[in-house]
Amino acid sequence: MALEESHVRRAAHLARLAVSDDQASGFVDDLSRILDMVDQLQSLDTDGVAPLAHPLDATQRLRADEVTETNQRDAFQRCAPAVENGLYLVPRVVE
Amino acid sequence: MHDKTVTQLAAALKSGELSSRELTSHFLQRIEKADGSLNSFITVTAEQAMSQAAAADKARADGKAGKLTGIPLALKDIFCTQDVKTSCGSKMLDNFIAPYNATVVEKLRAAGTISLGKTNMDEFAMGSSNENSHYGAVKNPWDLSAVPGGSSGGSAAAVAAGFVPAAMGTDTGGSIRQPAAFCGITGLKPTYGRVSRYGIIAYASSLDQAGPMARTAEDCALLLNVIAGHDVRDSTSVARGVPDYTETLNAPLSGLKIGLPKEYFGDGLDPEVEKAVREAVKVYESLGATVREVSLPHTHYAIPAYYVIAPAEASSNLSRYDGVRFGHRCDSPLDLQDLYTRSRAEGFGEEVKRRILIGTHTLSEGFFDAYYTKAQKVRRLIRQDFLDAFEDVDVLMGPASPTPAFDLGAKKDPVSMYLQDIYTIAVNLAGIPGISVPAGFAGGRPVGLQILGTHFAEAQLLNVAHQFQQATDWHTQLPAFAEENA
Amino acid sequence: MQWETVIGLEVHVQLATRSKIFSGASTAFGAEPNTQACAVDLGLPGVLPVLNEQAVAMAVQFGLAVHAEIPEVSIFDRKNYFYPDLPKGYQTSQMYHPIVGAGEVEITLDDDTTKRIRIHHAHLEEDAGKSLHEDFQGMTGIDLNRAGTPLLEIVSEPDMRSAKEAAAYLKAIHSIVTYLGISDGNMAEGSMRCDVNVSVRPKGQEAFGTRAEIKNVNSFRFVERAIAFEVERQIELIEDGGKVVQETRLFDPERDETRSMRTKEEANDYRYFPCPDLLPVVLDQAYLEHLRSQLPELPADKRARFQNELGLSAYDANVLSASREMAEFFEEVQRVCGDAKQAANWVQGELSGALNRENLSIQNSPVSAQQLGELIRRVLDDTINGKAAKQVFQALWNGQGENADAVIEAKGLKQVTDTGAIEAMIDQVIAESPAQVAQYRDSEPEKRGKMIGYFVGQVMKASRGTANPQQVNGVLKEKLDALL
Repeated sequence: MALEESHVRRAAHLARLAVSDDQASGFVDDLSRILDMVDQLQSLDTDGVAPLAHPLDATQRLRADEVTETNQRDAFQRCAPAVENGLYLVPRVVE
Repeated sequence: MHDKTVTQLAAALKSGELSSRELTSHFLQRIEKADGSLNSFITVTAEQAMSQAAAADKARADGKAGKLTGIPLALKDIFCTQDVKTSCGSKMLDNFIAPYNATVVEKLRAAGTISLGKTNMDEFAMGSSNENSHYGAVKNPWDLSAVPGGSSGGSAAAVAAGFVPAAMGTDTGGSIRQPAAFCGITGLKPTYGRVSRYGIIAYASSLDQAGPMARTAEDCALLLNVIAGHDVRDSTSVARGVPDYTETLNAPLSGLKIGLPKEYFGDGLDPEVEKAVREAVKVYESLGATVREVSLPHTHYAIPAYYVIAPAEASSNLSRYDGVRFGHRCDSPLDLQDLYTRSRAEGFGEEVKRRILIGTHTLSEGFFDAYYTKAQKVRRLIRQDFLDAFEDVDVLMGPASPTPAFDLGAKKDPVSMYLQDIYTIAVNLAGIPGISVPAGFAGGRPVGLQILGTHFAEAQLLNVAHQFQQATDWHTQLPAFAEENA
Repeated sequence: MQWETVIGLEVHVQLATRSKIFSGASTAFGAEPNTQACAVDLGLPGVLPVLNEQAVAMAVQFGLAVHAEIPEVSIFDRKNYFYPDLPKGYQTSQMYHPIVGAGEVEITLDDDTTKRIRIHHAHLEEDAGKSLHEDFQGMTGIDLNRAGTPLLEIVSEPDMRSAKEAAAYLKAIHSIVTYLGISDGNMAEGSMRCDVNVSVRPKGQEAFGTRAEIKNVNSFRFVERAIAFEVERQIELIEDGGKVVQETRLFDPERDETRSMRTKEEANDYRYFPCPDLLPVVLDQAYLEHLRSQLPELPADKRARFQNELGLSAYDANVLSASREMAEFFEEVQRVCGDAKQAANWVQGELSGALNRENLSIQNSPVSAQQLGELIRRVLDDTINGKAAKQVFQALWNGQGENADAVIEAKGLKQVTDTGAIEAMIDQVIAESPAQVAQYRDSEPEKRGKMIGYFVGQVMKASRGTANPQQVNGVLKEKLDALL
């Protein structure tokens, strides 16, 4: 499956990565080679094989519905780039 | 002191021959003096370490010391540490101080160990050479022109250089075993879910696992005793009892059935590496083990499957680095999209971007089934290969890496770098444990013997590795760098 | 052309757990910004989700209540997109293997007929935070307290054919979740939110038209208004030769219209894949049976029982079973007084009227079900008449008296049934009303029936309402006719 620059542009948009024109062509080269390598998968017959998401056949454990966390806003916001009145600030979101 | 094992140092502390303060300050001085040429640490926490050492000595005086009280260690900079920067090797987190400790860190603290600092690594654990760090490449103490391996390259180099007797690493596709092999130390990747991932910055969540890196299997057993176990904060950690891994170290190996996967001895394997590995297998035969060839027929598909699954998970795991709540934020964003795209473009390095883009692409509409679902099916086949093999043999053995440590800058093409992990990567897809032990040299650089076991066979792996280390002395050899900087 | 409307609803119900779906932070409403957002809710590096057992139990209870299939295995997926109120850059949801499979809900329409609406599935997911657009030097503020609150998203089939049906469906879902106690159902606080998919097609056509999704439809009334507007918009558009585009629209209650939300934004690609931090949720049969055994009687069952066993009309049964509180109040009144019809009349009449006037919910009624039941009993055993009963009710409402008997005693409202006393009062009224008596006498016989009302009124007045009206009627007629 050949990779085109439009694919890289679309992935960069979905992943919110700024990519310059120069970088885009470099990524097309690198990613194409990676995908060529990945495409070896297509030669393998996997009919009837169930996908495996986790290496162990374990199931989800459930947590009791208890409030165990306390307010640590100050500690958490110490590493925040911009806060005011306890809110995280971002450039205006237009609805 | 720097050439001693954790076991030996613990004995010296216990006997009173040494204090933790002496030990800690000795290692700190070595780091201070020589890490300039290795770059194995991102952050050295000398002050905290010395005060922890004093507390350890006091605990010992009060009769409250455990087996590892007062032992200095280092942590890969992927483990969140309260009040100490956790960068994950990235500019994105250059300013990040976690408000919590990883469960592994908590357990090591509770056991009385002392952290000397945070070791260098490939950015977000993506790499096999440690050249992808925002903080610069790490050098291999055996040869400063060689890479130490990755992504836990800083931890491996620091142990090999005698900066610490042991360090913690993480392994997503070989990131403990390959640098351990390159640096001539012992490194264990436990079964997926054996050690809590809580507080470990995620690369690929269904593959990541933390483990110890030290000189000997015995030291790895001591450390695994501390860090293994169920954690209520990690849904994927396994609720299963933790044995004392030191108790079975001396079990005899007579009758041990060793399988040599024929796919691990094929094209691309350095002849000297192969020779060293085959010599090691002979040692096992002399210890009473039997050897046979086995096949892991889907080995060839492990790297392709991994480079779908790991980047897919990573692309999602790394979405949280958006410049809003923590981490790098670009200057004067014009609008929300500019904040996102520029903060992320500035904060992430090239390899991380490549993997985010690959992962985003393979998950996107029209490609998901052909890539992601296909890779998950192949993952099942790869796991089944191992389970089938373990029906016939107890452990599998082979090289940890097809070559010894390569030169810095030697692998410019990402795919050629990825292919380095041919022998380690399938293990993560299958979730089984693996250990790399020093087994000789190729071109003057260390060779690692990789031993693999079935799920939760850590005790057996450590036993098998320990018996090898009782019969050989590869693991006691130190690079000249370590001696010169004594 | 005749048009048919096709509607499907996606209802997001906030589950009433104490803690969040994947963390131990509180879900309480109204806290200071970001004081209930823990490391997991904030998506800080390295932290991991652990699933809340109560969220699972509540989702399953809903599934059982709508007779849905509950699959043995359900799986959480990640829905990937960037938005400031979505801390991890993905929402943990269930795309491919939801916890609740196909089910159905019965709705009751205005003409008291019922209709089954199929539920496609319901899945668990985490809520996002909130963006606050007040001016912070031109910036938007993000509060993540709500992030991680458990949501059950209930997705219907496109089975509704009118705005009224959609509103009835939403009410049915509301009453089920509140009966189960799995949500407070408070739409004003956002505990229940609704997205509406609307399309139109020529009557008789099988294929669906292109649908628009209307977001932010957060009250029963708005659902009807939004659909009414949207249907009209779509029909007009098509009749003018245009085409409906598949898009997301926002309902603006102030202007009573829907408008397109995004003009330039291209179609999203959420890249769903199984969340590697969470394992498959496996529910065994014993667990399902345990939850099933604890289900309360549900609105549809209650409605049927009210009709079949208590003999209520379809209308009464529907109104009285609409909320669990209403139903429980009614059943208590009925139990105390022993007459379902009277209990239904009083609860829907006098009581509901008074509650509405003072804007009180039935849980806060000043007159308890016990008090009302006793009051009705006194009407049924002829201790008081209907008129006095209203006085007693008012007194109880105002807190004047412990119970009906005390009020009747204190106010002397006991009905007078003593024939002698009634005759004496009638004699007096007749004696004091010669003009009316003359008029009565001179009237056509068929008109006299009407004129008797005046005398009844006077007698009742003289008795301060306590005389038995039937008795008064009978005796009056006899005495007046004797004067002819």
